[in-house]
Amino acid sequence: MSDRITRDEVVHVARLARLELGPDEIDAFTEQLARVLEHAADIESLDVDDVPPTSHPLPLVNVFRTDEVRASIDRREVLAQAPWAESDMFRVPPVLGEEP
Amino acid sequence: MSWSIEPTLPEGWELVVGLEVHVELSTATKLFCGCANRFGSEPNTNICPVCLGLPGSLPVINGTAVKYAMQLGRALLCDVKPAVMARKNYFYPDMPKDYQTTQYEQPTNSDGEVVLPDGFTVGIERAHIEEDTGKSTHIGGGGRINEAIYSLVDYNRAGVPLIEIVSRPCLDTIDHAKAYVSGLRDILLAIGVSDARMEEGSMRVDANVSVRPVGSDELRTRCELKNINSIRSMARAIEYEARRQIDLYTSGERPRQETRHWDEAAGRSTPGRSKENLDDYRFFQEPDLVPLVPTAEEIAAIDAAMPALPAARRAALVEASSADADVVATLVERGQDALALAAIGRGADADKVVTRLRHDLAVDDFSKVSAESFAALIVMETSGDLTATQAKQVLAELVDSGGDPRSIAAERGFEAMHDDELADLVDRLIADNPDEWQRFVGGHEGDRKKMQGFFIGQIMRATKGQADGRAVADLLAQRGRSPANGSPGT
Ligand SMILES: [Zn+2]
Repeated sequence: MSDRITRDEVVHVARLARLELGPDEIDAFTEQLARVLEHAADIESLDVDDVPPTSHPLPLVNVFRTDEVRASIDRREVLAQAPWAESDMFRVPPVLGEEP
Repeated sequence: MSWSIEPTLPEGWELVVGLEVHVELSTATKLFCGCANRFGSEPNTNICPVCLGLPGSLPVINGTAVKYAMQLGRALLCDVKPAVMARKNYFYPDMPKDYQTTQYEQPTNSDGEVVLPDGFTVGIERAHIEEDTGKSTHIGGGGRINEAIYSLVDYNRAGVPLIEIVSRPCLDTIDHAKAYVSGLRDILLAIGVSDARMEEGSMRVDANVSVRPVGSDELRTRCELKNINSIRSMARAIEYEARRQIDLYTSGERPRQETRHWDEAAGRSTPGRSKENLDDYRFFQEPDLVPLVPTAEEIAAIDAAMPALPAARRAALVEASSADADVVATLVERGQDALALAAIGRGADADKVVTRLRHDLAVDDFSKVSAESFAALIVMETSGDLTATQAKQVLAELVDSGGDPRSIAAERGFEAMHDDELADLVDRLIADNPDEWQRFVGGHEGDRKKMQGFFIGQIMRATKGQADGRAVADLLAQRGRSPANGSPGT
């Protein structure tokens, strides 16, 4: 097993993503994620001092939308697909934990 | 300005407060889709695949929201820089995408400041663009978040453009925190990018509060106070929290870093549930949006179009009038600084201008009072053509129906009552009322006051209110001091 990522870190990340993983899955993903990180490490070893950092692969900036109202969708259609609706709102289980 | 009295903390402790102020921008549409940005719509009527985070939908940022953000940045004296949108990942039902699109490492605005009326400068760390969340209503458990049986979610607000203005932890008193929030509101209203209504939630304040021994510069464990609905409620919440932390320290304990909910009705805050792991938001740059790169021309155009902001307006009025900071702040808050400057510019006495505005123009609507007529009125009063009483009456009529103060004064028969005329009248009255005069001259303080009232009343009756009460009082005092006060005048 690689030392790029530990089993505990995989458990932690899975928890943050609300994924329930069995012991075999944790092992498998630890292995796979380690390989991904290994690949990232390969790229890190390149000398990129002269390459400006970019946040995006496209050579584009400032793509704006005009501030004009467009029709919204029918709430009946949306609420009909919700597991649970009440008073034209989405009904959700009591929220555990604070709003961030 | 109506400052309350600063509550005193136990001796030896001082406050350290940083505020996070969320402001909804008053754009027509949301930040990433064409749904209406409207308060008070029927639940879930302003929603679409983008703001519901449906798979396959793509955001496109609202150009007006970005422009408003930059205007606010310049008004807060920030550096406006190229910015990149980011995803803040967390699971909460009011955020249907399971991440909030915000700015993280490269915010649009950073390093600004707000100067308060008393000269205190509040550092602004950043003012970044992000989207609002939906609105949850907690059902059962008395509406309290931790005891609810279930929650109902309305996504009309999800995706509404917000600016989060983060101050440095530099606020040292509750009064400064209050002045800062109302100062921000004034700036937002002046540039017109938000209606900044705390009661409707278009301006929301979270307070990070810690305390430390006076004179120390350490930053101790802070608590974040949420659910603050007004400036008054913020002041109470901060005071409560500071006292709570001081109590903990003095009894040998330490506060935990936590979020606390302010309960305005109960006047106390309660701890939120543990935020274990929740601060791990795994921010990453938003792949669906391209960078925002303001040009030098855009920033120059924003600066050129910037209206005069409250701090600059206060400075201009202080310069022109030398009035006290709090008086100047009141006049600027009422929007009367332009009137004051125009009247002073037309030669009216600055002290008199400020006094009349402050005391006699404390009205909501003074739109009928033109700078010209106001200046003319003050000049008439200063030159002695009108007494203070008469000037106030003319001003009241100007407020009601406008017009020319000279004709108003003439219509009312307000004629100049010159000093010697008034002196003659006072002397005659003293001669006619020797008993009262003796009580004025020789009586104790209460008697003197009472007799002064008597003489002023008589003069007012004789002159049909045209005399200046203060001038009469001065004359009485002067006559009372003269060696021959037993037989006044000549
Ligand atoms: Zn939408």
